[in-house]
Amino acid sequence: MAGSSSWSRALMLISPYTFASIGIAISIGVSVLGAAWGIYITGSSLIGAAIKAPRITSKNLISVIFCEAVAIYGVIVAIILQTKLESVPESQIYAPESLRAGYAIFASGIIVGFANLFCGLCVGIIGSSCALSDAQNSTLFVKILVIEIFGSALGLFGVIVGIIMSSQATWPAKAA
Amino acid sequence: MYGFEALTFNIHGGYLEAIVRGHRSGLLTAADYNNLCQCETLDDIKMHLSATEYGPYLQNEPSPLHTTTIVEKCTLKLVDEYKHMLCQATEPLSTFLEYITYGHMIDNVVLIVTGTLHERDVQELLEKCHPLGMFDSIATLAVAQNMRELYRLVLVDTPLAPYFSECITSEDLDDMNIEIMRNTLYKAYLEDFYKFCQKLGGATAEIMSDLLAFEADRRAINITINSIGTELTRDDRRKLYSNFGLLYPYGHEELAACEDIDQVRAVMEKYPPYQTIFVRLSYGESQMLDKAFYEEEVKRLCLAFEQQFHYAVFFAYMRLREQEIRNLMWISECVAQNQKSRIHDSVVFTF
Repeated sequence: MAGSSSWSRALMLISPYTFASIGIAISIGVSVLGAAWGIYITGSSLIGAAIKAPRITSKNLISVIFCEAVAIYGVIVAIILQTKLESVPESQIYAPESLRAGYAIFASGIIVGFANLFCGLCVGIIGSSCALSDAQNSTLFVKILVIEIFGSALGLFGVIVGIIMSSQATWPAKAA
Repeated sequence: MYGFEALTFNIHGGYLEAIVRGHRSGLLTAADYNNLCQCETLDDIKMHLSATEYGPYLQNEPSPLHTTTIVEKCTLKLVDEYKHMLCQATEPLSTFLEYITYGHMIDNVVLIVTGTLHERDVQELLEKCHPLGMFDSIATLAVAQNMRELYRLVLVDTPLAPYFSECITSEDLDDMNIEIMRNTLYKAYLEDFYKFCQKLGGATAEIMSDLLAFEADRRAINITINSIGTELTRDDRRKLYSNFGLLYPYGHEELAACEDIDQVRAVMEKYPPYQTIFVRLSYGESQMLDKAFYEEEVKRLCLAFEQQFHYAVFFAYMRLREQEIRNLMWISECVAQNQKSRIHDSVVFTF
């Protein structure tokens, strides 16, 4: 474990609990950032466009729901990740298996968080254009919705990879 | 950075952009214009307009209508929409919206000064001013005798103040000077607006550059054609052209040397967008030039709506509405004077 450079020693001495907890925080925090960003982008355009064309409001809530789904993915993965965070005896904290588990949870959190951030942004921007074009011409709505569906698949990819990543995060057993 | 406006534009501008796009869907279409062109009297026009968005503004007018009433009410609708957007806007959109009206302010100032020179009554002139270009101390313009007083008494407190640095003289105002003053002010205004848009950057800068460059070039061509045969010297003419646009600087050099319309046409052969405009006119004719320019302008303004998340849609909408009001005025005048054969001479269809 003794690395010659002080930076690598410093990194390896950070507790795996820290990495795991930060991963969980990023998974929920950044996902919610993405969802909120997407919702406000869609929402402001939707409100303005609905003044002249009130019929678009109920259909275009779908865009807001797609953005919201992104936040829900983040919550689900955060709950799953936090069940994987177990205590290990003090002698085992810096064992390679512990480090591996800590890093796996951290990576899983980052994957889910950032995938959901960009998915939320994507769906939000498309939702805004969808509301504006639906207000002008109602035949366009369904076609633009298809684009949004493809966009929201990005968040699902992140969730799948994140869950696979975290499922192999096994902490060393209690017996030293 | 150009390309990422979509991430942050909607924080301050999303609601207003959606509103202006809603207003755009209320512009009169070719079918509406066809109906209006077939009207026999002004009351027919009022009836057709009541089915469009102008309905609430015209319905309370008493029956012997005048064309000026129709135009006034339609302008009132535009002013209401503009004020609604202006009071909802934050910086920098509010400054952008105010810039759009400075052109009308310049026109109002020139109107009052010219009217005063010809001994007209101030109240009558104030009623003829465009409502978008009003400012508080506008009535005191009638008192000024020369440009220096004009500036010192009234204009130093208005947004037009920085545009006066090039044209303060102590000469008395007369018709020629007033036209030069109008064009100098407009030149300074366009350059200022252009710099402001460049500072905003992104899609706004790109689209507004194109629209303002077209405006600057159109004014340069009009100034050239209108000053052929007058006592305006070449250097004075050159000073009235703006410092940007497709024609800057080489086109301006050539335009300044033109002495008649055919020479202007020859100069424009080198610039494809304007060459397509001039090609539609036969030799020696310049009446259709205005309509050709308006058509080209409307085409470019409609293209501004193709992109989202920028401010040029506001500018484009205001200009399209003004074009629509011009169309309505022309149609009303033709109907009122029973000259329906000339209706299609000057109506520019938006879509």
